[in-house]
Amino acid sequence: MAAPRRSVGKPTSDRLPCNTTSFQKKSRSKLVSIPGTRPSVQNGQLIVSTGVTSLDYVIGGGLAVGTLLLIEEDRYDSYSRMLLKYFLAEGVVCGHELYVASALDHCNDILQELPAPILDDIASPKTVEDQAKSCDPESQEAMKIAWRYQHLPKVQTALASSSRFGHYYDVSKTMDPEICQAARCHGFYLPEHSTAVTSPTTTGPMSETYSSLLNNLQEVIHREGFDGSVPQTKSRNILRIGLHSLGSALWGDDLCCRENPSHGRALTTFLYGLRAMLRSSLSVAVVTVPSHLIQVRVCAVH
Amino acid sequence: MRMFAELNSILNTSPDSFKPGEFILVSDKHTDASFLIHHFLSFYLRAGCKVCFLGLVQSFSHYSAISQRLGVSLTQAREKGQLVFLEGLKESLGVLLQGEASKGTRAVDFLRDPSSGLRGLYDFVRDNVRGGGGGEEWGPPVLLVDDLSVVLSLGVSVGAALDFSHYCRATVCSKLQGSMVMLVRCEEEEEEEESDEGSERLLRGLIHQCSLTLQVQGLPTGYCRDIHGQVEVCWRGQCDGQQTQKKLFQYKVHDKGASFFARGTSSAVL
Repeated sequence: MAAPRRSVGKPTSDRLPCNTTSFQKKSRSKLVSIPGTRPSVQNGQLIVSTGVTSLDYVIGGGLAVGTLLLIEEDRYDSYSRMLLKYFLAEGVVCGHELYVASALDHCNDILQELPAPILDDIASPKTVEDQAKSCDPESQEAMKIAWRYQHLPKVQTALASSSRFGHYYDVSKTMDPEICQAARCHGFYLPEHSTAVTSPTTTGPMSETYSSLLNNLQEVIHREGFDGSVPQTKSRNILRIGLHSLGSALWGDDLCCRENPSHGRALTTFLYGLRAMLRSSLSVAVVTVPSHLIQVRVCAVH
Repeated sequence: MRMFAELNSILNTSPDSFKPGEFILVSDKHTDASFLIHHFLSFYLRAGCKVCFLGLVQSFSHYSAISQRLGVSLTQAREKGQLVFLEGLKESLGVLLQGEASKGTRAVDFLRDPSSGLRGLYDFVRDNVRGGGGGEEWGPPVLLVDDLSVVLSLGVSVGAALDFSHYCRATVCSKLQGSMVMLVRCEEEEEEEESDEGSERLLRGLIHQCSLTLQVQGLPTGYCRDIHGQVEVCWRGQCDGQQTQKKLFQYKVHDKGASFFARGTSSAVL
C-alpha cells in the first residue's frame, strides 16, 4: 500500500539509492518525514513497522509512535524472541536508533543474531564488459520490445527497497555486520549495571533494577534528543526500544517465582512509567514478558 | 451537537439542563469505554461547569486532540481557568525517576508510598474543584477521573480507592451539588475463587456509591465492525423510594461521537 517515495534515508556504504521511477509523492504536510514511518490510514497517527508485515496488518497498519507493544512469551521464549529481533532488525534497516535491554544477553550478542533483510540487489555500476559476460546468452541481444529500459541495471530480486514501509527477512541468515554497525544502538545489560545501583531509598513500589532501567532509558532519550530537548540541528529520528523478558527472575523480580511476590506491583509501575516516557518522546517500545510463569493474578495495565 | 445526541436523550440530559449531584460510574470489560469519558468532558465543558479532570492514563494532548474533534478546545478551557487538568503520567514520571528527591505535586504521592492511599489526590481535587476566585463564574463543579482502576496496579489498595471516591462524592456531589464521573476498567474474570484484590471488588464498591452506572461490554460473540459493544444503563434507586431502572443498548463509535440503538436495530442489520 505504500506509494513509492523518494528515498530520504542516509545512503549507507553498501547501498546505492536506486530510482527506478521518477515519480515523487507530493508531500502536503510541512512536517519533516522520518524515514521508516508513515501516517496511519485510520487515524493519522505516525506508525512504524514491527518488522513482520502480517503482524502490522493485524494491529492496524503498524505500531504507533509513542506506544508500547507487550508480548507474552511462549514457553521457551522462541517466537517472542524472534519478534523482538524482527522489530530491531526493522529499526536497523530503516535507520532508526535502537535501545536494547536484557538481563540475559549483551546488546551486541542480540544484534549479531538479527535476521538478514531481503533488499533489492542493486547492481553496482559494472563496466560494459562485465555486464556482457554475466548475461545469459539469450539476453545478450538487444531488447526488441522493451528497448527503452535496456540501459537500466538488471535487478535480481523484485522485493522492496529500503525506502518502503515494512520489509522481509531471511531468518536462515544473520544480518550483515556492516549493516548492523551502521545502526546506532544503546544497550542496557543488567549485569553491567547492577553494581552501579546504590540508591539507599527504593522508589516506592518499583524495584531497584527497574528503577535503574527507567533512569537509564530517560537519560538516553534526553541526551539524544528524542523528547525534543535538543534543538533541531539534526533530523528527527525514532528510538526503538526492545525490553527482553521483563518480570523474569533475572531482573530481580520475584513475580514469576512466588505466589506472593514482595514487590507485586513493581512491573506494572515500571510499565506505567514507561508509558509516560513514550508518550512524551519519539519512541516506540516492544516488551516481552514471561507471563506463563506468573502465578498470581496481577492487575493489568491498560 | 449531534455527536452524542442519542446518549443525551437516553440519559435525559443536555448541556443546558442536567441533574445536580450525580455520581456517574462508567465501567468496561473486554473493551474500551473511554469514549464516554471524552463525551462527558466535552458535555460539561459546554455546559459551562468548572471541570477538574484527573487524566491518569493518557497525556493531555491525547484528550485535547479528541476533544477538538468533538468541538471543544481543552487548551482554551485550561487557559480560561474552566478546566483544571492533572497530567498523571507526567507527574508520575517525575516521582518514579527521582524518588524522594522529586518536588512534584502531592497529588501523586501514592506513587512514593502506595500504602498511604489517595489522600494527596483527594486534597488536589478539593483544592481545585471550587470555582476560581477572580474572573468568570463557572457553573457547578464537575470531577472526572480516567481511570480509577489504574491506581490498583500501582499498589494502592481497593479500600483506599473506595475511600477516595467516598470523600470526593461527599465534597463534590453532596456539599457542592456538583457531578462526578469515574471510569473503572475490569479485567477478564474467569471463575476465580478469591477476588480479594482486584478491580471487580472496586467496581462493586463503587456501584453502591453511585447514582447512575454505564456498564460497557464488548459483544460476547466477538468483534463486529458495525456494533462495537453494548451498554447497560442503570439508574440506581435512591433512598426516596425510586426503583432501580435498567436499559440495554448497543453502540458504535464513530470519528466524532457514538451512536446508540436498541439491541438488534443497528443500521447495518436493518
